[in-house]
Amino acid sequence: MRISNIKFTFWTVLTLSGFALAEVGSFVLPTLQNQTFVIRDEAYRAILAGLIFIYLATAVFSWFNEERREKYAKRAPFRFFIGLVLLTWDLLGTKFGLLHMPFFPGPSQITWVFVEEWEFLLSNLVYSLRLYAFGFFSGVLLGVGTGILIGWFVKANYWIMPVLKMTGVIPAVAWMPFALNIFPSSFLAGCFLVSMCAWFPIGFQTARGMQATQKAYFEVAQTIGGGRFYQLLHVAIPNALPSIFTGVSTANGLAFTTLVMTEMMGARGGLGYYINWAKAWSSYYKVYAAIIIMAVLFSVILKIIGAIQSRALIWQRGLTSSVEERS
Amino acid sequence: MSKNAVEVTGVTRIYTDVHGNPLEALRDINLTVNEGEFVSIIGSSGCGKTTLLRLIAGLDRPQAGTLTLNGEIIEKPSPERGYVFQQHGLFPWLTVEKNIAAGLKARRIYRQHKGDVSEYLNLVGLEGFERSYPHQISGGMAQRAAIARSLINRPAVLLLDEPMGALDSFTRADLQDKLLEIWKANGTTMILVTHDVDEAIYLSDRIVIMTPRPGKISEELIVDFPHPRHRGGVEFLNLRRVILEKLHLASARPQPEYTI
Repeated sequence: MRISNIKFTFWTVLTLSGFALAEVGSFVLPTLQNQTFVIRDEAYRAILAGLIFIYLATAVFSWFNEERREKYAKRAPFRFFIGLVLLTWDLLGTKFGLLHMPFFPGPSQITWVFVEEWEFLLSNLVYSLRLYAFGFFSGVLLGVGTGILIGWFVKANYWIMPVLKMTGVIPAVAWMPFALNIFPSSFLAGCFLVSMCAWFPIGFQTARGMQATQKAYFEVAQTIGGGRFYQLLHVAIPNALPSIFTGVSTANGLAFTTLVMTEMMGARGGLGYYINWAKAWSSYYKVYAAIIIMAVLFSVILKIIGAIQSRALIWQRGLTSSVEERS
Repeated sequence: MSKNAVEVTGVTRIYTDVHGNPLEALRDINLTVNEGEFVSIIGSSGCGKTTLLRLIAGLDRPQAGTLTLNGEIIEKPSPERGYVFQQHGLFPWLTVEKNIAAGLKARRIYRQHKGDVSEYLNLVGLEGFERSYPHQISGGMAQRAAIARSLINRPAVLLLDEPMGALDSFTRADLQDKLLEIWKANGTTMILVTHDVDEAIYLSDRIVIMTPRPGKISEELIVDFPHPRHRGGVEFLNLRRVILEKLHLASARPQPEYTI
């Protein structure tokens, strides 16, 4: 369906007007939030201005492309709604001081943390990222390795599968008291726990996927001259790939939880540690700031994994229907 | 004089059914297939024709008797004996081109024979579909790709397990012609399992009729009129009638009785 120029202009204005209203509200009304120090609005206003600029630029960029126009128009009502939500939040919190302090600060106070404490936040972000990278990556390797052993060797299935099933249901953080004592640093202990929590779902799904391979594919491989190794590498493992990615997605969710919990309980850094530290000072606005960073960080990680998955499973395109196609 | 390619001697295969009772799938089968010959094995379902083909492929082992290819005993699957399954069995994670190349890769001779892939792709008429995945092409095309995957290993014999069974009649006729074309060009020995009488007559030099419970060979018929065979021709229809009669007799189904 073609979107006319007038209609597209309307959707653009609608998108921008939500954020513009929030911006106007922030500038025009006086600050009444119950406070012990001065509320700085600059960061919040800059973010709103940034959003307005980005969506304006996207609109200009989308002008000449039918597909992009449609996508942009489809999202306009939601973006407008977000603008209104920000406006309401700012009015209730910063402007009229109606929200309960210090647990529900306004957006200005939260966003100013990014300016005020960017160095400390960044160092904690890097800590979390490193912990996630080492822990999760080793968990994936361990899980796929165990899964291949179980899925391929009958003996491994007999001896290892029950162990995997038993230990797999234990939340990884339950091992924390031991992990903190056994490992030389809290960082390594965290790596171990994140890796443990990823190990089970990935190992289980890898084995499942391999064991579900149709017998016919192995027979085909034999009749074209493929030996045991060929059947493992070119039949069983490719067949398990969709299942492996199911395991990775599950493991990823668990890994985020485990990551934050280990940081909160034993680590010397990380976003979880930052939250704990801010809470000790009753600086709840800093907790929110850390939560926002988590939301962005974890979304980006999910996006990256999703991209890897659709690249690896490109042969499934058209075999299964995605959410995008259904909507 | 033509050489014997496949030699089946006194083969018996007994399965155990779900209740633990023995089920004689094949009893004392004797069959010789000459080099370059096109033989069809025909019979109703459950007559053991697929079992026999799987034994020749080495995918299964008999309780008694021997099977040989060019004098060598068949013990396990080998690229010498290409097999085309009823469901094409193409790997869904590989493109058409890579599926065809799989035969070479499995034998670790891909690097030396890279050029063969496009040759066999052309042989089965799949130019332009190199990069397609199996689910993106039609059933007939997938079956042709499966044939190419087997042929690229230059097998001494190609075993075809109802490869046209799941296809519509137009696609089936196309594939039959393609098969004849390949057979004439390569001279590969062909053994085809089918339940389609017309298909057997259209393609084969010889038709082997099997009967069920226990599975055994009841008759062998030579088809001696030349290709291309006209499906409505007198010889064709006569032979068709003969085979259908034998199949009816063979399955010992009670004949309807008419009273006037």
